[in-house]
Amino acid sequence: MARIKTHVLCCGGTGCKASASDEIIANFEKILKEKGLQDEVQVIKTGCFGFCEKGPIVKMMPDNTFYTQVKPSDVQKIVEEHIIKGRKVTDLLYLDPENKQHVADSKHMGFYKKQLRIALRNCGFINPEDIDEFISRGGYEGLGKALSEMTPQDVVAEITASGLRGRGGAGFPTGVKWGLCAKNEADQKYVVCNADEGDPGAFMDRSIMEGDPHTIIEAMAICGYAIGATKGLVYIRAEYPLAIERLQIAIRQAREYGLLGVDILGSGFDFDIELRYGAGAFVCGEETALIHSMEGKRGEPTFKPPFPAVSGYLEKPTNVNNVETFANIPIIITKGADWFAGIGSEKSKGTKVFALAGQINNVGLIEVPMGTTLRDIIYEIGGGIKNNHQFKAVQTGGPSGGCLTSKHLDTPIDYESLMAAGSMMGSGGMVVMDETSCMVAIAKFYLEFTCEESCGKCTPCRVGNKRMLEILDKITKGNGTMQDLQELRNLADVIKDTALCGLGQTSPNPVLSTLDNFWDEYVEHVVEKKCRAGVCKSLMHYEIDPTKCIGCGACARVCPQDAITGEKKMAHHIDNLKCIKCGACYEKCKFGAISIK
Amino acid sequence: MAKVKSLAELKAMKEKLQSNLDLREKSDNPEAMIQIKVAMATCGIASGAKQVMEHMMEKAEELKLSVVFTQTGCMGYCHAEPTIEVKLPGRDPIVFGHVDNNRADEILEKYVINNELVDGIIPVNYETIG
Repeated sequence: MARIKTHVLCCGGTGCKASASDEIIANFEKILKEKGLQDEVQVIKTGCFGFCEKGPIVKMMPDNTFYTQVKPSDVQKIVEEHIIKGRKVTDLLYLDPENKQHVADSKHMGFYKKQLRIALRNCGFINPEDIDEFISRGGYEGLGKALSEMTPQDVVAEITASGLRGRGGAGFPTGVKWGLCAKNEADQKYVVCNADEGDPGAFMDRSIMEGDPHTIIEAMAICGYAIGATKGLVYIRAEYPLAIERLQIAIRQAREYGLLGVDILGSGFDFDIELRYGAGAFVCGEETALIHSMEGKRGEPTFKPPFPAVSGYLEKPTNVNNVETFANIPIIITKGADWFAGIGSEKSKGTKVFALAGQINNVGLIEVPMGTTLRDIIYEIGGGIKNNHQFKAVQTGGPSGGCLTSKHLDTPIDYESLMAAGSMMGSGGMVVMDETSCMVAIAKFYLEFTCEESCGKCTPCRVGNKRMLEILDKITKGNGTMQDLQELRNLADVIKDTALCGLGQTSPNPVLSTLDNFWDEYVEHVVEKKCRAGVCKSLMHYEIDPTKCIGCGACARVCPQDAITGEKKMAHHIDNLKCIKCGACYEKCKFGAISIK
Repeated sequence: MAKVKSLAELKAMKEKLQSNLDLREKSDNPEAMIQIKVAMATCGIASGAKQVMEHMMEKAEELKLSVVFTQTGCMGYCHAEPTIEVKLPGRDPIVFGHVDNNRADEILEKYVINNELVDGIIPVNYETIG
């Protein structure tokens, strides 16, 4: 019988799927069959590899060849060259931006070298739709160990000792949270997985559910055993159809194997999971709002206490954890708390997944030990700033976080040091910005998001954020005063102190951190009416340098407003009253004669 | 589908299933593994490299050796096909020529297990990158 000699791993995450990875897989299967190789080569659809910048990804095993930006039409070549003749298809290999060399082996790529994958351990390695692959990686062993060798108290103690903290953003110790829920007596308790990932640009939870859904099921069952709950609910946004589909498949398979249901692994413990769909409101990531949404009520937060651990879903004790938090649980149980506590920094243990985005070379999903510096993440893993631009700021923590500057580059990433620097961990969005980003406009962007997503229940958040947004709008239009800057800070402080829930309390962070770190830029907008990044359109105009303009007329032809006039072969001129600042002329000019003033 | 009824059953199931993922697990840390590259260009295949590779994979399993088998292109020793390159962890790779089933067994039993050199070594006169 022919043996499988090669595994072809194709990314089946949302990103790569959108760029035709399904077609790539189909082509592989078709062509391998044509060549009679279907018994020697196995094609596996995996979860996200994280290197979304260069997707779709195809990884060849056992030689770890990492093909990037593969097109369905490239499959023929990969089969003929790589699989049949053993020659790598050089054009498809990752090109190292530093030395311009092709890197064949993913082990040698800067992107992966500094990463440590715990929560993402199975993403891009197993077929998420095959429970057998999960089991052969030690899946459900954590659950088995908990059920047959540990008491519920042992499980809580183990998670507490590991130092794991909530990965949804606030960083509350997970073991302590479980302990609180465990000690409350009730006829029914609930385990809830918060899969309402809402930070702009963050997609780690989605990738975990798409790439390794069984981990979440296993972790929720362990949690259920620890706190005495027999029902689990995953609150997931309906915009995540692939994650929902994979979770449904996984739940069905787990039930077939008896890993969900009654008397799991002969222990007498019963547990089952249902999915609940959210409509994608940001505030529903807040646990009380999430619970209300699941109950069919408006997704609005309520004052804590009572905490969900006392009175949560249907007024029963409920434990809510984020997807990434859960993804760490099974491996902590199998490998032990000491192993986990040995990774990371003093107060923040383990690893954190970040979604790298913005003006950075390697956009994608990464996982690093806590305590890794921003510099390492941005320059080593992220491959530095795009187009040789200068680093200006990095936004962490989404709309609740803040913007950090180059002076923070050597900050080790953990809950405390990010907080001390004026930002926060959040769920792990990380947006890198260069000199083409205006910090006032960035603050405005995040505040627009918060205003949109505010549930409107409490005044500070509903009215306060709106007023702040108005002031920011005034500043970006060139009508701001120094008094406005003072008022902005006052408002921010009040909202922070008085808002009802986490959304409101953290919503001023993008404003406060930019005021602190980019004060000059605010003053420039107010006093000089100038936007140095050229983003705030009201504060800039285009000008043609008559000494550089050769009068080719290219700019005049692209101008939608006919605002540019001039004789042929003579310097042209922009009429700023007509100009709508679209920038079309600026992009068109080949002679660098048009500049932003 | 039969239900898994205990931790022991789950572990037994894992053992059974593990071989399916073996190839991926091994290549996750290739430096620590015994690596055997089989030259599988036209000349190699014509001289029986494919069959030798399968034989070696079976033999390695029989001897309980954990080996990463990779197909490579032509190594340039067309006069001595089938050729294989064996790299033990921490050692320089050695290329063997004219490998048939018997010699394959010999290489695994003598060189890989006991570090005894066997006949048919082709001196490597170039270096590869990466």
